[in-house]
Amino acid sequence: MKREIWKGSEAIAEAAIRAGCRAFFGYPITPQNEIPEYMSAKMADVGGVFVQSESEVAAINMVYGAASSGIRAMTSSSSPGVSLKQEGISYMVGSELPAVIVNVMRGGPGLGSIQPAQGDYYQATRGGGNGDYRTVTLAPANIQEAVDLMFDAFDIADQYRNPVMVLADGLIGQMMEPLVWKEHTPRNLPGKTWAASGREGREHNNFINSLFIDAPSCEAHNNHLAEKYAAMEENECRWEELMMDDAEVVFVAYGTPSRIAQTAAENLRKKGIKAGVFRPITLWPFPMKRLREIAEQASVKTFVDVEMSMGQMLDDVNLAVSERKPVKFYGRIGGVIPNVSEVEKAAQDAYEEVK
Amino acid sequence: MTTIYQKSKGLQETELHYCPGCSHGIVHKLVAEVMEEMGVINQTIAVCPVGCSVFAGKYFACDTVEAAHGRAPAVATGIKRTHPTQPVFTYQGDGDLASIGAAEIVHAAMRGEKFTTIFINNGIYGMTGGQMAPTTLIGQKATTAPFGRTKEQAGEPVQVAEMLSTLKGLVYAERVCVTDVPHLNKAKKAIRKAFEKQMANEGFTFIEVLAACPTNWGMTTEEANKWVMENMAAYYPLGVIKEV
Repeated sequence: MKREIWKGSEAIAEAAIRAGCRAFFGYPITPQNEIPEYMSAKMADVGGVFVQSESEVAAINMVYGAASSGIRAMTSSSSPGVSLKQEGISYMVGSELPAVIVNVMRGGPGLGSIQPAQGDYYQATRGGGNGDYRTVTLAPANIQEAVDLMFDAFDIADQYRNPVMVLADGLIGQMMEPLVWKEHTPRNLPGKTWAASGREGREHNNFINSLFIDAPSCEAHNNHLAEKYAAMEENECRWEELMMDDAEVVFVAYGTPSRIAQTAAENLRKKGIKAGVFRPITLWPFPMKRLREIAEQASVKTFVDVEMSMGQMLDDVNLAVSERKPVKFYGRIGGVIPNVSEVEKAAQDAYEEVK
Repeated sequence: MTTIYQKSKGLQETELHYCPGCSHGIVHKLVAEVMEEMGVINQTIAVCPVGCSVFAGKYFACDTVEAAHGRAPAVATGIKRTHPTQPVFTYQGDGDLASIGAAEIVHAAMRGEKFTTIFINNGIYGMTGGQMAPTTLIGQKATTAPFGRTKEQAGEPVQVAEMLSTLKGLVYAERVCVTDVPHLNKAKKAIRKAFEKQMANEGFTFIEVLAACPTNWGMTTEEANKWVMENMAAYYPLGVIKEV
């Protein structure tokens, strides 16, 4: 297969079109403007729709409309913009609408910075809007993976009728890397008989709705949604293990920091410290069970969680490890990317305490 | 036996929950009759708001999408752009459209989105129990304006049809009311014209309905209709506001 050089954001946009996305709605924000720019140039070629919306709020609601009527739709933004989309994401979960939201994360809070960060982990994995809900959150660590995950994102969204978040950091959006366009086998998905696309041929109208004014019916609806979250946890959990067979020091990292951790682990091995990397690919569902198994292995002595945040995934790592082994944290924030030597030193210090 | 009147096929059998004297039921009926007469019930996609007409999908016979508060024009944009040959309309109240959704309606009109908006202006928040709306008249009492709205405290009420008519994407705006049969017939004609212009891809079409809310106004049905004609129509003039 032919290797091509692509910029992350443009590759994500192209992958979405190849995955059957036919409606894109978005609002400009750095560092992901290449996604709407690419869509504005290419969507018409495939008979799709592009609208530059007046706001992030409008963009997510346009996605809501297109998804309601059965169209594969997406939006993309960066951290402050994704905050504005939370209303729409909550409504989409409530109304059981599939769509893909790409967040190319930058520094926060507030306007923060425009450099890569991972401060939106809580927002993505805990349901950033109102109500009790979950969205599958996919975290690519390179552009090839970002592209591959876009196909999965649309399929997962359609399978469960639930929005899916692709959580990339600014580096994934902005750098260029080689990739190959792999053949993607679509999932066997049910038809969208629920869509409000005109009732021709149906005895009843379809009503896309998230209001259940009577409390017991709202509870029943939430229980139905919870069954879907349980199925997502069962079926969609993904992670990668690198140099983990004999690892004593285990880095836990996702996205760009996982690559830094990988280099740090290779360097540590040269110094005689057996280091490995556990990389969650789905942040929700978090690979809790597997990380717990690893924590229970006698060979594993300590964990080092590396993030471009103050320590958000750290909560899930601590839940998984549950004090079976020490968990150390190393993070840089505000758009600062940790360098290999810092990460290496954090691991070395952690190792000194347990060896 | 001759049938001289029957419920429109554009409505389902569900019993309406609206208060006595509320204009929603009448406007629902008019929209339903227009869909039926144009033969588009099976193609139309409605977008309903947050407010008293939040359950419109249980009443209209066409496919319906319930939008977040104020966002109906954005939702309708997503639907109409991907279904350009089908009729799409939003049905919104004054809190939904003129307050929390002001940005969405302005930009839909600006872009000339080819759907129709039915704007129910009764000058009050009905569902939440009678709070002041952007269209509440000066001096009119509301639960959040207990001494009557003042210009100093809340500004003057917004004339939405006139405001949107300044935008080139809007091709037709008419203000109507449903207080009596002649006005009701005019309202239906206006809705039909808006749907026809939409289907001819002319641009954004907007029907503002001066509506009665006897419950939250603390009036009888008769008093409420009289208030619409004497007070609302004096500030919000009836008739075609813009036609291109």
